[in-house]
Amino acid sequence: MSEQKVTFRVFRYKQGDTAPHYDTFTVTVNERTTVLEALQAIRRDQDGTLVIRHSCHHASCGTCGMRVNGKEVLACVTNVLELGTPTVTVEPLQNAPLISDLVVDMGPFYETFSQAHLPFVRRSEYLPDAEVAEGVPFHMRFESCIECGLCVSACPVVASDAEYLGPAALAAVWRVVQEPRGTEVPPLLDWVNSEHGCWRCHVALECSEVCPSNVDPGGNIMALRQELVRRALGLSHG
Amino acid sequence: MSSYHVVIIGGGATGSALAHDLALRGIRVTLVERGEVTSGTTGRHHGLLHSGARYAVKDQESAKECIQENMILRKIAPGSFELNDGLFVAITEEDLAYYDDFMEGCAVCGIPTRTLSREEALRLEPNLNPEVKLAVQVPDGTMDAMRLPLRFLATAKHNGAVIKPYTEVLSFLMEGQTVTGVHVRDHTSGKEYDIGADIVVNAAGPWAEKIARMAGVDVPVQPSPGVLVAVWGRYNNMVINRLHRSGDGDIVVPQRELSIIGTSSWVVDDPDKLDVPEEHIRLMYEKGAEMIPALKHAKMRAAWSAARPLIGSRGATTGRELSRTFKCFDHADEGVEGFVTITGGKATTARAMAETTADVVVRKLGLDIPCRTREVVLLPHTAYYTQ
Ligand SMILES: Cc1cc2nc3c(=O)[nH]c(=O)nc-3n(C[C@H](O)[C@H](O)[C@H](O)COP(=O)(O)OP(=O)(O)OC[C@H]3O[C@@H](n4cnc5c(N)ncnc54)[C@H](O)[C@@H]3O)c2cc1C
Ligand code: SF4
Ligand code: SF4
Ligand code: FES
Repeated sequence: MSEQKVTFRVFRYKQGDTAPHYDTFTVTVNERTTVLEALQAIRRDQDGTLVIRHSCHHASCGTCGMRVNGKEVLACVTNVLELGTPTVTVEPLQNAPLISDLVVDMGPFYETFSQAHLPFVRRSEYLPDAEVAEGVPFHMRFESCIECGLCVSACPVVASDAEYLGPAALAAVWRVVQEPRGTEVPPLLDWVNSEHGCWRCHVALECSEVCPSNVDPGGNIMALRQELVRRALGLSHG
Repeated sequence: MSSYHVVIIGGGATGSALAHDLALRGIRVTLVERGEVTSGTTGRHHGLLHSGARYAVKDQESAKECIQENMILRKIAPGSFELNDGLFVAITEEDLAYYDDFMEGCAVCGIPTRTLSREEALRLEPNLNPEVKLAVQVPDGTMDAMRLPLRFLATAKHNGAVIKPYTEVLSFLMEGQTVTGVHVRDHTSGKEYDIGADIVVNAAGPWAEKIARMAGVDVPVQPSPGVLVAVWGRYNNMVINRLHRSGDGDIVVPQRELSIIGTSSWVVDDPDKLDVPEEHIRLMYEKGAEMIPALKHAKMRAAWSAARPLIGSRGATTGRELSRTFKCFDHADEGVEGFVTITGGKATTARAMAETTADVVVRKLGLDIPCRTREVVLLPHTAYYTQ
């Protein structure tokens, strides 16, 4: 595999700093190197104080969300050379409190998200014709949302209205409406049927554009609105 | 809460389960992790909630631990697993010849099995290689590699444990031959400080040897990486394993909307330098396709490596002959007091590893407090971030 040198311009901030700044690093990459691997190489070989979040390395945990060249991505599945820029700018997510360097505090995200009470396991829609094994109640899989916060970072309404519930939580509520699994739906619909709930959304779908995990939060918000209208008109969900 | 203070180094599956166990026993706990929690091996593992069947012939100690812990985890972490069971599939005559040993091993280890004909197997998993001779159903499952440990950590926090991510141990505090704490750097502020401890536990996985060396003791841990390949789409609902002696690329774990093929095995010296060899990626596709032919052309989502913390003699070359079972070292045996290492094992057996280690820790503290982690239901993973 051929190797190439790429410059990384990395957002830096430590608790107590008066202002953030950018540091520049040069990293040798090949056709396969991801932004996450490049940042790990920087931390290992050039600056051991760089703070990054990562865990699964395959777009499942949602911890490596950041902005690369201004766009929200998962660093673990973002190929460096495919970005096609001689300098790669790496910054933390927006609309979340900064902890240090590329790491933000996910506390507020989870405060809202967890109020959707979305069960973690759902029915699997894959291989619908396959028989279910003896002793297994139904084919199940984890929910698609990996709680990465990319959508919240990209959402212009979250940026201007701190109380807006935001795309991830609203999408999670829609999943509960679709498949309640024992969760009570009416209180959730009341929660999202509000000024800072699903009526606040501008429907420009920046959230769906950055979602790395097929959730389509913007589409889910539209579906929630339709459901609320339907219920207001006295029609049942179907 | 007792006034004794235990510091745990490493926020992987092992350290997380141990923080939970000790906190439940009323011990004051501080866990330090140099990165985000589960950023070492744990977050990157295959996601298999082992039934133990994989080890039922060659490593029965491991197999028994797995099936016991599998059943306990279903009780204490409800809602955290894709419970579609698993199949061991015989594709060749050679695989078929392994069947009797496999069934006997599973019986000895207490792993429930159900043998399925070729036709039954294909009805459950239509994407299987039509050459399949037979299949054996076992209670495998899928876990989320990060979120299960987060449930241990969330519950530990709730019970008073202090969890410090982005906090790296730089050196040990020692009085003579006794470990009295650790010197750390908080990478979010750059500040360095000391944390005193009655006992320090090294739960640093494949880094355990490096950490132990800071206290002047030798722990025989060999980092042994493996490659995993995630492809888009679920080709199977059940975990698909090859019915044969463990080899490369012989497990496909479905998870969310991905299928994950793994793994390979070699040994390295530095767990921070893991490459993802191109030929291993090809091998995963090739071997995976022997069980599920459609995988051959599946679109790749990611390929990565993670290092097992294998205990064993140095000089091994493939890593596969080393035991999968964990070891807890009380370094008093080597003349260093106040210092314990727990390593080896699997994410599936983290709770058992923690129980063994916490037993050693409380005994060293002169206490007699029983373990309660078999019964206590864990808080949801989101509670790790909302407390
Ligand atoms: C390829 C592969 C696939 C696997 N698949 C499965 C599977 O499907 N199912 C299963 O049950 N098991 C699986 N395993 C095994 C399982 O992943 C490991 O046994 C388990 O995750 C080890 O956890 P740990 O907590 O001991 O180590 P780790 O998760 O590595 O935790 C150690 C932590 O210590 C931290 N650390 C290191 N140095 C310092 C320092 N100086 N200061 C502070 N912190 C430090 C590290 O950052 C790290 O987070 C797999 C392993 C591999 C390699
Ligand atoms: S569609 Fe709605 S939720 Fe999505 S980014 Fe736009 S305003 Fe935010
Ligand atoms: S909806 Fe998509 S972008 Fe938003 S948190 Fe979930 S996975 Fe991430
Ligand atoms: S490291 Fe898990 S999503 Fe990127």
